[in-house]
Amino acid sequence: MRPDIVTAAAQRILVLDGAMGTMIQRHKLEEEDFRGTRFAQHPSPLKGNNDLLALTRPDILRGIHDAYFEAGADIVETNTFSSTTIAQADYGLESAVWDLNVASARIACEAASEWTSKNPEQPRFVAGSVGPTNRTASISPDVNDPGYRAVTFKELVEAYQQQMEALMEGGVDALLIETVFDTLNAKAALFAAEAAFDRQGKRLPIMVSGTITDASGRTLSGQTAEAFWVSMSHAPLFSIGLNCALGAEQLIPHLEALSNVAHCGISAHPNAGLPNEMGEYDQGPEAMAAQLQSFLDKGLVNILGGCCGTTPDHIRAIAKLVRDQEPRPLPFQGAPA
Amino acid sequence: MSKHRPLLSLSGLEPLWVTPESNFVNVGERTNVTGSRKFLRLIREDRFEEAVEVAREQVEGGAQILDVNMDEGMLDSAACMQRFLHLIAAEPDIARIPVMIDSSKWHVIEAGLQCIQGKGVVNSISLKEGTDVFLEQAATIRRYGAAVIVMAFDEQGQADNYERRIEICDRAYHLLVNEGGWDPRDIIFDPNIFPVATGMEEHRRNAVDFFEATRWIRTHLQGAHISGGVSNVSFSFRGNPVVREAMHSAFLYHGIKAGMDMGIVNPTMLTVYDDIPADLLERVEDVLLDRRDDATERLIEAAESLKGMAGATAKKDDAWRALPIEQRIEHALVKGTAEHIEEDVATLLEAMGSPLKVIEGPLMDGMNVVGDLFGSGKMFLPQVVKSARVMKKAVAWLTPYLEAAAEGQRQKAGKVLMATVKGDVHDIGKNIVSVVMGCNDYEVIDLGVMVPKERILEAAVTHDVDIIGLSGLITPSLDEMVDVAKEMSSRGMELPLLIGGATTSRVHTAVKIAPHCAGPVVHVNDASRAVPVVGKLISKTARAEYLDTLLAEQERVRQNYTKDRTRKSLIPLEQARQKAAQKTEGLKFDSALCPAPATTGIQTISDLPIAALREVIDWGPFFRSWGLHGRYPAILDDAIVGEEARKLMADAMAMLDRMEAENPIQCRAVFGLLPALRHGDDVRLSDGTTFHFLRQQSAQGQACLADFIAPAGTPGLDTDHIGLFCVTAGHGLDEWCAPFREDDDDYSEILAKALADRLAEAAAEWLHREVRREHWGYAHEEALSNDELIAERYRGIRPAPGYPACPDHQDKRTIWKVLDVEERIGVSLTDSLAMWPASSVSGFYFAHPEARYFGLGKVLEDQLQDYAQRRGQDPEVTAKWLSPVLLDDHPGQRAAAATPNSTT
Repeated sequence: MRPDIVTAAAQRILVLDGAMGTMIQRHKLEEEDFRGTRFAQHPSPLKGNNDLLALTRPDILRGIHDAYFEAGADIVETNTFSSTTIAQADYGLESAVWDLNVASARIACEAASEWTSKNPEQPRFVAGSVGPTNRTASISPDVNDPGYRAVTFKELVEAYQQQMEALMEGGVDALLIETVFDTLNAKAALFAAEAAFDRQGKRLPIMVSGTITDASGRTLSGQTAEAFWVSMSHAPLFSIGLNCALGAEQLIPHLEALSNVAHCGISAHPNAGLPNEMGEYDQGPEAMAAQLQSFLDKGLVNILGGCCGTTPDHIRAIAKLVRDQEPRPLPFQGAPA
Repeated sequence: MSKHRPLLSLSGLEPLWVTPESNFVNVGERTNVTGSRKFLRLIREDRFEEAVEVAREQVEGGAQILDVNMDEGMLDSAACMQRFLHLIAAEPDIARIPVMIDSSKWHVIEAGLQCIQGKGVVNSISLKEGTDVFLEQAATIRRYGAAVIVMAFDEQGQADNYERRIEICDRAYHLLVNEGGWDPRDIIFDPNIFPVATGMEEHRRNAVDFFEATRWIRTHLQGAHISGGVSNVSFSFRGNPVVREAMHSAFLYHGIKAGMDMGIVNPTMLTVYDDIPADLLERVEDVLLDRRDDATERLIEAAESLKGMAGATAKKDDAWRALPIEQRIEHALVKGTAEHIEEDVATLLEAMGSPLKVIEGPLMDGMNVVGDLFGSGKMFLPQVVKSARVMKKAVAWLTPYLEAAAEGQRQKAGKVLMATVKGDVHDIGKNIVSVVMGCNDYEVIDLGVMVPKERILEAAVTHDVDIIGLSGLITPSLDEMVDVAKEMSSRGMELPLLIGGATTSRVHTAVKIAPHCAGPVVHVNDASRAVPVVGKLISKTARAEYLDTLLAEQERVRQNYTKDRTRKSLIPLEQARQKAAQKTEGLKFDSALCPAPATTGIQTISDLPIAALREVIDWGPFFRSWGLHGRYPAILDDAIVGEEARKLMADAMAMLDRMEAENPIQCRAVFGLLPALRHGDDVRLSDGTTFHFLRQQSAQGQACLADFIAPAGTPGLDTDHIGLFCVTAGHGLDEWCAPFREDDDDYSEILAKALADRLAEAAAEWLHREVRREHWGYAHEEALSNDELIAERYRGIRPAPGYPACPDHQDKRTIWKVLDVEERIGVSLTDSLAMWPASSVSGFYFAHPEARYFGLGKVLEDQLQDYAQRRGQDPEVTAKWLSPVLLDDHPGQRAAAATPNSTT
């Protein structure tokens, strides 16, 4: 029987992988890499559309997943942060979305299976990454009409449901709704997940990770971490947490607030510090691990990984850090086996 | 919160935890078209902005949940619900609290649920249409994430007595919990509050039955809550606020005692229970509790005498209206309150006379406060956007006056082009800046996302904008912004550039972008800052001063950046020494590598032949001193400067011929090859005289000249040696140039001095060769061409104090003392340690085969302290001499700015 992520999380702190974008940037890819043969004739530029690499440079994604597994990650995320019809509309690639998700999921799942068979003691998992899209359901982008919305709840549900079903088709072990800066978008994603589960006839554990964007400690749409939890708590979450925008140190008070109230697992995948003045994340693996130590001392987390600027070396340091550490005790809710 | 889970959790922008201590949750009811004629009128007449103010009054009046109801036959209820919820979502002080979506129509409820980011409450569903519909609706509500109010209503109708109430609630509860998987805490029952004192016999127990049903539910249906529309109870006393307020308060008092923990109440239509006059209270409670048969009559009798009296309706806090006008403006902007902004702006206009002054003065000041609060985390984004909207209203009101002032010439405040750069699709921040700019009367041309630089710049020209704003979130966007700047510069565009986005920074802008642009480049990381910055950049009066400050600031940022980068690459002195020690372990010192010199003692050569020196002149620096750049001798054939170079060369050769013939210049030399050993970073002569050297502190290199001398205690080696020398070609030069000066022949005088400098260098080179071949004698066989000589392809080096490997000039004093330079060859040192005559060269000889030149780079404070101590000198004095190589500033180092120039 295939091991499941919920059982694993009850036993130990699971390590999530690090940045995908940072690793892809290392390859210094050009327009042609993104286009491959399938999109050679596409009318608009595609460079920077990282999700497309699942179809045009699968070797690169596989290499990155392998590097994270090798570093000790228990969970890798699919390279599908922007694989929704809404996010891909900017590139005119709505029609490729199903394939992007299935392909990305398969690449990650193949890697996970191989690493699991190499060492069955440490089963590896794949979380289907579901990004926020680049539209906000709670904020008006129109100067003159605060009541205007560039995207509706229904449109988001439709886009998310398609992505999630494709990720399930590709075999992911969990869905990770991440980098939530507008809670209404995430509520649409949770709604879509239920619809996707109905259609696929099975459920997956759901992970949610929000993003605190400014000094006030709020999400972009203005919610506190606690309000964010309350707004997500209707779903049977496997975990809730925070990622991106801040480094480990800055994340602590918000994570504590979340950990105090949430009755599911807690995850954190902070950036490698704050971007330095040149926009680079330069916090090294040891420095990051040192800050994450206090997460463990406070018993805050069940799942720990990295976001922007983190690399396999960071994940290696995190994996070393969490070894033999007790996970935060869990009253796991409704997470299916 | 950590110990006990709340009894009910709801959220707007902030959480609402209902706990055992909460007592009672007020639900504001005025944003309800069925309950408020005023609100209905506003919605019907499409006056949504005023309708939003009704919501604000509710929150300010103490509502903890906002009930919104649009159920009216003539309205498109679903559309009105969505529009209103979208509008209040943009009002942080309203959106703070959870929303109750109130409708009897399922599609309106669903439309409402799609608009709230928090966890709200649905009001309501019931068993009216049977079990299946009830469970299906409940399941959908769960997926949206809301709590639910269940009305005591079933297939037979509304529950109107105690038994029916508990029967329906019991059934609904078990369906939701057992079949629908609901958390009981998310279930709220509304067991129907009906009017009392209606005069009808069957209504007498309406309140009592409600209280008793409430008590039963709270006892038997674990976790569930009780709510109700309280104003219903006083329906018979419309128009009599005193009685109604008393009835509401008394009803709540008894309801809460029975277990009612939530209610739809007009918080502004409540009085304090203890403040109700005893007589009135008694009559009210007689009615509510059905204590007397004549209770209704007695209350009506009391009501007659109270009719027409105003209730104790609480006034909302408007103390801020008494503040001075500027503070009122600030308050309105910070709180995002638009209500009085027009009258306040009007007052200001009257006082200040100029609409522009009102905008640039108090309004801008207020927006700056908003910016500060946001920057320090005391405001958050939706609040800032709200402030901008108040600003917009103020500016809109002033606009006709601005136009009048400009005799109709006036247009928008300015035109701003906004774009997310190529390769980036993140535009939320950009959109917010656009909103805020638009609210401040700027015309915004938004090109959207992934905009190539060509399109940005073409659009800037086409639309004749005043400013370009670039946005981007991901790291590669930073490079794209640099490219836009370069492209602007190559097109000769000098428009101001605004840079914003999560990974952008003040430093990146100053270091990487601004240097490429002719126009100003400003980093603006939040929307609230964009307005004042653009205002200053466009202003005719404030621009110059702003730019001065900006450019000075950016220069400072660049310097600090370079300094910080250097600092990061440097290591502590001790660490540098350890690393160097590991490297120099491989450096051997023995009698073969450190031969004793053939010539001992101090040697003087009083007349070096010019004929020999001119053979070893390095002509490259000569041409450079005349501004002719190129390698010698190729420079003589250069297409552009070749002719000039040939002419100069001919003149030089002619003058050298004259010098050789007339011998007006005496070239002299003094040197000594002296026993010496290394002690740490010092080199000590046998008589104790010490030379102090500095060590590189970079992670890559830790070289120090002392490393090339054998350390004290080297086995099998009594002593190593260091050479000291000084040569001059300056004696007689001044006198020989006198006729040129008399003839105002500057050219010949400069040529003579340049040649003397070359001869001094040639003398140093010539002497070094003599030393290597004869006096030290370790290179008897050396036979190098002049080019090889210039390229220093020989063993040993001759670094000079004041040059990259040993930048401290002070060791010249020691050399002068040991060699007795002034006495022997007549070269003296000025106070700033320059040599006189100027055409002189002095330095050290190191003979070890591994000896090489290097640049010291910057050194840290630790080495300054260590070095000063070794010199026995006040560190501040040392700092003066070392100032060019010190990373950190030292007071008084400006005094050392005029460091001596010796020949090169």
